[in-house]
Amino acid sequence: MSLAVEIHNATKSYGDRTVLRGIDLTVEQGSVTVILGPSGSGKSTLLRAINHLEKLDEGYVRVGGDLIGVQVAGDRFRELPEKAIRKQRARIGFVFQAFNLFPHLTILENIVEAPISQGVKAGDARATARTLLARVGLSDKESAYPRQLSGGQQQRVAIARALALEPSVILFDEPTSALDPELVGEVLAVIRGLAGSGTTLIVVTHELGFAREVGDRVVFVDDGRIVEQGTPEEVLDRPQQRRTQEFLSSVL
Amino acid sequence: MTNVLRRSSTPPGVGAEPPTLPEGIDLARLSQRKVLPLRHPAQWVLTIVVLILVVNFGQTLFTNPEWGWSKVGTWLFNPAILAGIRLTIEATLISAVVSFVLGIVVALARLSRNPVLSTLSWLYVWVFRSLPLILVLIFLYNLGNLYPSIGIGIPFGPQFEVKTVAVLSDLTLGVVGLSLAEIAFASEIVRAGILAVDQGQIEASKALGISRRRQFTRIVLPQALRSIVPAYVNQIVGLLKGSSLLFYVSLLDLFGVVQNLGSTYPTDVIPLLVVASIWYLVFTSVISVIQYYIERHYARGSLRVLPPTPLQRVRRFVVGLGRSDTATTAPSDRKVTR
Repeated sequence: MSLAVEIHNATKSYGDRTVLRGIDLTVEQGSVTVILGPSGSGKSTLLRAINHLEKLDEGYVRVGGDLIGVQVAGDRFRELPEKAIRKQRARIGFVFQAFNLFPHLTILENIVEAPISQGVKAGDARATARTLLARVGLSDKESAYPRQLSGGQQQRVAIARALALEPSVILFDEPTSALDPELVGEVLAVIRGLAGSGTTLIVVTHELGFAREVGDRVVFVDDGRIVEQGTPEEVLDRPQQRRTQEFLSSVL
Repeated sequence: MTNVLRRSSTPPGVGAEPPTLPEGIDLARLSQRKVLPLRHPAQWVLTIVVLILVVNFGQTLFTNPEWGWSKVGTWLFNPAILAGIRLTIEATLISAVVSFVLGIVVALARLSRNPVLSTLSWLYVWVFRSLPLILVLIFLYNLGNLYPSIGIGIPFGPQFEVKTVAVLSDLTLGVVGLSLAEIAFASEIVRAGILAVDQGQIEASKALGISRRRQFTRIVLPQALRSIVPAYVNQIVGLLKGSSLLFYVSLLDLFGVVQNLGSTYPTDVIPLLVVASIWYLVFTSVISVIQYYIERHYARGSLRVLPPTPLQRVRRFVVGLGRSDTATTAPSDRKVTR
C-alpha cells in the first residue's frame, strides 16, 4: 500500500500554548481515517496543517510524496512561495465545519470558482460541476444562493466544491458539527459514498457511529499527541489507554 | 393556575394585589376575538401640532414675497448656473471615481504585510484626514510658489521636471485637492469593508487554491462592497457639497456662480440661494436612487428574497388594482431572486 499522507514530528504552538507535540501519522492511499479527540486537543490544527492552513513550527507533512508548504534549503525547511502552496492546496480538498460557501455566488459559481482560477475552461468546469451536483443530489439547486439552502445542503455543496479539483486527499473538519441533528445523516451519506472511491479521506468528527462504520483507521488525539490508533474495533471497542476510555465514556 | 403561580412567586410582605377580573367577563368569548393594538393618543396630538407648524411654514412660502419664486424660475436654468452645475458635476464625479480606485489601493497597502507600505498608507491617511479641505485646496493653489517646477529623478542622477503651473490647470488642481482628502476617507471605508468579510471566506479561497488576485476581486471585494457602498455614497454626498469650496480657488462651481451672481444682483440673493439649494437636492436625490440599485445588486445572496424595487412595487400596485376581485392570487409573494 502506498502512503497518501505522511506526517512527521508535527509541532506547533501559539505563543506559549503548545497545540501539537510532535505528531507522527501515516495515512494509506484510498483509506478513511477518523480523528477523534476532546475539544482543544489539537485535532483540527493537525488537519489544517495537512494543507498548510496552519504552518508547523517543526516537522513536515507530505502528501503523495511532496513536502507541503516547505522546501529543503540546506539543512532546514524553508516556506514555499504562496503560488507553489496554492498549487499544492488545489490537490487537497478541505471541507469546513461552517461550510464557508461564497454567499454572493450561486451554487454553480461556488463550485467552478476554483477550477477556473486553476485554468480550467469555464465550459468544462461547469460540466464537471453539474456532474458533481448530481452526485450530491442537488442538481436542481445550481442557480440558488447558499443562504437559500439548508445547512445539510450547503455542506453537500461544499463537498462538491472540494471534489471539483479532483483532489487525491479530502480533509473534513467536523463537517456535521454545525448541523441540526436531522441533517447530519445526508452529509454523512455523501461522505460514505466517497469512501472506497480511491480518494483518501481524513475526517475530524464526533460521530462515533460514522467512525465505526466508515473508518478504516481511528486516531485518538489528546493534548497535542496521538494517544492511541488502530482499527475502529481496536480503538472504540477495546481502547488500551485510560485517556481514550475516559473520552469514549464521556461521549457516549 | 395563574393565581397559584402568582402567589408563590410573590415574596411575602410585598403585598401585590391578587389579579382579579371584573365580574361577569366571559374569557372564553373574548378569546375568540382579535387582540386590539395599543392606542397612542399622545402620538396623535404631537402629529397634529407638527402638521400645524409645517402648514404655517408652507404658507409663508407663498405669502412672503421675499422668496421671489418668479426669479427662482428665471435663474434656475440660467446659462451661468448651468455652467456652474457642469463644473460641480465634473469635479465631484472625477474625484469620486479616482478616490474610490486609489482608496482601494491605499486600503490594500494599509492591510498588506509589508511594513513600509502599511506605514506609508497610515501616514497618508493621518495627514489628509487631519487637514481641512479648504486648507489643502489653498495649499495646492499656491504650490507654484512653493515648488515652481516638479519632477522625479534618481537621487543625484538624471531628473525629469515640468513647470508646476503647466501641469496643474485650475480644474486639475480642484480635482486633485478634493481627491487627496477623499482618498484618505475612501481607503478607511474600503478597509472597514474588507475587515468585515468573514475570515472563513478567505480560508475557503486559500484552501481551494484560488489566486490572491481572484481572492480579492471575486470573493472579498464583492462581499465588502455590501458595507462599502452605503458608507461611500454618504462620502460622495459630502464630496459634492465639499466641491463648493472650489470657489475659494477661483473655480466657478454651482456655489461659486451663485455667490458671484449674488454680489452682482444683490436683490436676488434669496432666489439664487434657493436655486442652488434646489440643484443640490436634485443631485443628492439622483445619487440616492443610484445607491438603492447598487445596494440591491450587492445584496444578492445575503437576503433569501430581495425586496421589490420601487418600480416593481408600483407595477404590482397597479396590477393589484386591476384584479382586486381575485385578491387571493395577488402576486405580492412572488419570489424575486435577481
